[in-house]
Amino acid sequence: MARLQEAAVKQIEEICDRYCDEKTPLMMILSDIQNEYGYIPLEVQEIVSAKTGISVAEIYGVVTFYSFFSLTPKGKYVIGCCLGTACYVKGAQKVIDRFSELLGIRPGETTEDGLFTLDALRCIGACGIAPAVSINGKVYPKVETGQVEGIIESYRKEASA
Amino acid sequence: MNRINTVEELEKKIADCTGCVDSKLTGADEKRHIVLCGGTGCLSSNSKEIMEKFKAVLDEKGLSDKVTVNLVGCFGFCSQGPFVKIYPENTLYRMVSEADVEDIVEQDIINNTIVERLLYVEPVTGDKVSSQEDINFYKKQRRVALHGCGVINPEEIDEALGMGAFQGLKKALSMTPQEVVQEILESGLRGRGGGGFPAGRKWSFAQASESDEKYVVCNGDEGDPGAFMDRSILEGNPLAVIEGMMIAGYAIGASNGYFYVRAEYPIAVSRLKIAIKQAREAGLLGENILGTGFNFDCHIRLGAGAFVCGEETALLNSIEGKRGMPRPRPPFPAVKGLWQKPTIVNNVETLACVPFIMREGAAEFAKVGTEGSKGTKVFALGGKVNNVGLVEVPMGTTLRELVYDIGGGIPGGKKFKAIQTGGPSGGCLTGKYLDEPIDFDNLVKKGSMMGSGGAIVMDEDNCMVDVAKFYMEFICDESCGKCSPCRIGTKRILEILTRITEGNGTLEDLDVLEELSTTIQKNSLCALGQTAANPVNSTLKHFREEYIAHIVDKKCPAHVCKNLMLYKIDPDKCIGCGMCARNCPAGCIERTDYIPEGHKLASFKIDPEKCVKCGLCMSNCKFKAIDKE
Repeated sequence: MARLQEAAVKQIEEICDRYCDEKTPLMMILSDIQNEYGYIPLEVQEIVSAKTGISVAEIYGVVTFYSFFSLTPKGKYVIGCCLGTACYVKGAQKVIDRFSELLGIRPGETTEDGLFTLDALRCIGACGIAPAVSINGKVYPKVETGQVEGIIESYRKEASA
Repeated sequence: MNRINTVEELEKKIADCTGCVDSKLTGADEKRHIVLCGGTGCLSSNSKEIMEKFKAVLDEKGLSDKVTVNLVGCFGFCSQGPFVKIYPENTLYRMVSEADVEDIVEQDIINNTIVERLLYVEPVTGDKVSSQEDINFYKKQRRVALHGCGVINPEEIDEALGMGAFQGLKKALSMTPQEVVQEILESGLRGRGGGGFPAGRKWSFAQASESDEKYVVCNGDEGDPGAFMDRSILEGNPLAVIEGMMIAGYAIGASNGYFYVRAEYPIAVSRLKIAIKQAREAGLLGENILGTGFNFDCHIRLGAGAFVCGEETALLNSIEGKRGMPRPRPPFPAVKGLWQKPTIVNNVETLACVPFIMREGAAEFAKVGTEGSKGTKVFALGGKVNNVGLVEVPMGTTLRELVYDIGGGIPGGKKFKAIQTGGPSGGCLTGKYLDEPIDFDNLVKKGSMMGSGGAIVMDEDNCMVDVAKFYMEFICDESCGKCSPCRIGTKRILEILTRITEGNGTLEDLDVLEELSTTIQKNSLCALGQTAANPVNSTLKHFREEYIAHIVDKKCPAHVCKNLMLYKIDPDKCIGCGMCARNCPAGCIERTDYIPEGHKLASFKIDPEKCVKCGLCMSNCKFKAIDKE
């Protein structure tokens, strides 16, 4: 496995330092790394282990337990289809199936060009506008299968612009 | 803001702020105030952009010093958003877009005439309603936990202080901790997160535990799919929850509180952070609060996408930086909780009720409700109901009032089939239970549970076996894996349900389902496992004939299960436009040589062998020629 660049190592050590006064900082460190670095591969876990004294085994256990933490990089655009009950009874399964079909990936996977990751979300609390799709934080209300192609195209355009 | 150092200074500040808010609501300040809903639902329908547009238009017309504009918390009536409300007239506009801003300013603000086309129309009578209080959706509601939500600016501590904030704490600090616990006990407040355990008893256990350090934890890991009560409270009036937490801290002798909030709720987290910062600056959080010697501070921890962390001991493990797996109880958190110190874990809504109880008194809180369940409960009403949104009703309200009077009934003239309460731990109740009053014990008796307050309405187009499978997939995904009945049992149940929905089930499967349910229920460590089989149990009990239709007749009566249904084109209704064929991803629709009478083009036909049952053809057909069977 490729070693990390010096800048990345520094960034991760800096994140660990933010929480040096906390009693049990692991969750906070991992959340920040996930947000700022995009994923938490083994090399990164080793650095966190060296900085905090928590064993890599324990860190790996935590990283793999929570669905927000990822061992592999996510796509530029993370498409989160809400599959909460309110969305589900209003046809969210069909919406995610359509994304899956058009992107050629299953939920949890990333397209080969690194552009899109498709995720099934458990209720984002936007039940009034079900079915909801959230892409990089922007929430699309009352999504219908017919709109899916247009949504994907708009991001493809944005990426190539 | 200046620091508030004494009780007298707080009283003066509250009087000032109350005056400000009152004059805003009554018009005594001779200004107009435009507030917009800033809940997650409305924000995603551009309420922030609408607000900016208002500011720009008012600026342009030189009205900025006479009219204020700001975002407030959730109005609750999410299906009609985005909302714009104008004080002091209390005019409520719904489904507003940026294009309407000019009209509202021109007609309402400048010429004082109501913009009729943006008013809410009662679906039954067809009447246009201009004020929030007159809308049926709001009439039966009573706001205790949601106090201030949708009225105050949640990012402005002065507005919260003007709506009663910190009066509860002030009262609590004038009492002994024992008296505070007694007050909560007398109010009959039960935990709003699902379990319904009396909050006062939890507090008294923690109060009795001897320790150098104790903690209050607020459980904001609202994981039930279809529930967003806690999110809306945190977004709409975060200081109420902070105040509730402080009162709890004073009562049990804790000086630190932790909020555990889902990472999926970025707006709630940011408003909570602002509220904590403002309270610290005002001296209302920190050392020697109001000069009484009481110290308290709040901290935020984010979840990372694990449903089981809503279970209190799993949540504590997560704060401690571990895998979120439940701990065996006893010892209960009130004895050994966070970092092995006595801890109380209360849900957001529970804590939001606490300031009301202290401010208005236990008797006032207990005045509404039923024998065993006092006060009100917030429900996230969703699914197949006209008025989707957040509602707070007195305990004892019937399910019918919830679905029909407040929810406005089922859309599209469809038939009510079931209401699902309690999320993945709850169950479905049928039409014959519609007149049952909602309270903790009654719902359990009828085979469901209160849960945290999700209420999803289902109509005749929802397949109950599919719904049970949906919940089981969720539970199977979210089971932490610590104990085998839950880890393995839920997987086996899911396999059986999948088999049934695919048309490969047997009648023996139903017996196995019942046996597995009992085993999981009796042998799991935590509430997630103990309640995991509830959706299966309740659908089996109330909708057994639907299971049997899948197994024996190989039919899905609601036309949901793909393997058991067909899409068909009615050749006589088809005008031959070809929209269906052009949109078919499987290429399975072809023109026939049959030209129906009166039509010019030959109709189309679906090849059932190739059809993937995505339904695109049906949604694209403008002539309703395609149907499921």
